Amino acid sequence: MKPKMLSRRGFMRQGANLVAASAVASSLPGMVAAMGNVTVGFIYVGPRQDFGWNQAHWDAAQKIAAMDGISVVEQENVPETAEVEKVIQSMIELDGAKVIFGTSFGYWDSLKAMAVKYPDVLFTHIGAIWKEGDPTNVIGYRGYTEEAHYLCGIAAGRMSKTGKIGFIGSKPLYFIYNNANGFVLGARSVNPELTCNVVITGDWNNPVKEAETTNALIDQGCDVIIANVDSPKVSIETAEARGVYTCGYHSDLSSLAPNGFLTGAEWNWASGAEFVQAFLNDDPYPNLKRGGFREDMVALSPFGDAVPQEVRDEVMAAKQGFIDDTLQLYTGPLFDNQGNQILAEGEVKANSDTPFKLGIDWWVEGTIG
Amino acid sequence: MEGGDLGWWGVVIAVIGGAIRVSTPYLFVSLGETLTEKSGRVNLGLEGVLVMGAMSGYGTAVITGEPWLGVLVAGCAGAFLSLIHALICTLPRVNDIAVGIALFIFGTGLAFFLGKPFINPSAPRLPDLDLGWWSASPQVQSALQINLLFLIGFTLALFLAWALKNTRWGLVLRTVGDSEEAAGALGYNIAVVRILGTVAGGFLAGVGGSYLSLYFPGTWNEGLSSGQGLMAVALVIFARWDPVRCFYASLVFGGATALGPALQSVGITANYYLYGAAPYFLTLALLIYSSSPRKALEGAPGEVSISR
Repeated sequence: MKPKMLSRRGFMRQGANLVAASAVASSLPGMVAAMGNVTVGFIYVGPRQDFGWNQAHWDAAQKIAAMDGISVVEQENVPETAEVEKVIQSMIELDGAKVIFGTSFGYWDSLKAMAVKYPDVLFTHIGAIWKEGDPTNVIGYRGYTEEAHYLCGIAAGRMSKTGKIGFIGSKPLYFIYNNANGFVLGARSVNPELTCNVVITGDWNNPVKEAETTNALIDQGCDVIIANVDSPKVSIETAEARGVYTCGYHSDLSSLAPNGFLTGAEWNWASGAEFVQAFLNDDPYPNLKRGGFREDMVALSPFGDAVPQEVRDEVMAAKQGFIDDTLQLYTGPLFDNQGNQILAEGEVKANSDTPFKLGIDWWVEGTIG
Repeated sequence: MEGGDLGWWGVVIAVIGGAIRVSTPYLFVSLGETLTEKSGRVNLGLEGVLVMGAMSGYGTAVITGEPWLGVLVAGCAGAFLSLIHALICTLPRVNDIAVGIALFIFGTGLAFFLGKPFINPSAPRLPDLDLGWWSASPQVQSALQINLLFLIGFTLALFLAWALKNTRWGLVLRTVGDSEEAAGALGYNIAVVRILGTVAGGFLAGVGGSYLSLYFPGTWNEGLSSGQGLMAVALVIFARWDPVRCFYASLVFGGATALGPALQSVGITANYYLYGAAPYFLTLALLIYSSSPRKALEGAPGEVSISR
């Protein structure tokens, strides 16, 4: 605690200097960056080492903290209430933060309100729901994790012996549908007969239910499990104990399952560093950004020992396909699991077709659930 | 892995396995609460005690590498928290329900605060007993991988049922719980008996918490308990303060939790929120059932504040 207290005092002094400096040289917006010490604030909704959602942002915080002239302040367990506004205010007023990363969906309204109050501070949000009329010092960005799930699916399809894999989802939201679809499409691209059982737990975080669901899926013969919940730790450890394969989500979870870990779908929230750079240099920046491997906004976890070289090569080739834009996730003929045709023969949706992806509320063929 | 398609049998096995896996915390908390209520006190704080037990047990196992030591520490932490409850309730005109709610919030808050460093590391798990060796099916084998704590809980339920009826201290506990005047006239120290009853109950609830963090699901984070401690208190009323019935009721609650995931895994996905709510729905239904004006207080200790 002690060093943190000291640095807080340091930040306060720094903040006072900044105020004085900007009062003197308010006509030089690049001044702050030139001074070589910019504070970036990260606000997490939960503990930052949760092997999940928050850890993915912590990964980003560490990468951004390693950049030249940038220091990071963090606050964990900030609820999605007016509390977050107090935390933001404290980071700006006391720590002199110039950029705030609000890493939970429910921070959106607070971020917008604070963006109006502090127009010379940049705010980022993870929902990519910015629209015309919202403050211009707010950025929404989010990766297409379905592309990374497609790669996990390839590994799962190659490694599954039973031809059955399992997907655990938290809530029936568009990105959960997309992730599951990516996982199934990837798996069926290498094993067209494969099926995937999908179970929705209904909670972001309910370890008992997640463990129970993992057991139920394994009892049904699924031998690769991926969990789209806040922290897949429980699911991965349960599956590892029962001797089946797992794929990770959010962050690098390979350490949880030394035997059964295949690979994992990760965010690359550190891609937000470009906004920080642009903002400080007074360069233009987008208010809304989505992207996959091509835009370097998602990542793939290191392969587990269980994955043989030829499968790794196949996965990496598909990843290159996303980077080169030669591989599209949703291509016709495509059916949902009710037998409805979604895309006709030859019809292809671009990987960047966000409106199409936002509207998805169906599972692709081969999904049981 | 072999033995693929079990279909509906898979659901049955998953529910049975789930009942065994999920029920243990309910069992320990409800046995603990039975002891406490038999002495004439209600400890609503057992949810907080459970969470504190889960955290301290996990933390101990992470630091020492000894899961069984974690179970012991969890029990002691639970006993200590409940001692606070017991001592405060000894003061005149203190409402044990209100103190219980305070303890609930205090216990969870303290556990969250102290538990921060233990969210990331993995603790060694409690070992299994393999009771499914006779079956060739991996599903059955997995369902019958039973933790020793479950068996201890089962034995404890039988023992408590016997001891409450047939031993001297069982009789003293019940006397204090049923009639302060009678116990006073017999020369028993009511306060001491109640403190012991509450502390013993807290110990058991703490052990129940350690099962959550050290065996199933076997992790520590702030969403670990989804109200098991509170539901177990309701379960005691449903079980009519009878330890053996607590065991059955815990199995039912465990099975209800496993039902939703098991049905979804065979492709029955309609109304999964309803299945997911099954344990809570069951709690409500049981409370409505047991609120019948004629039968409600059958077996209730006379001095418990809810029956006064």
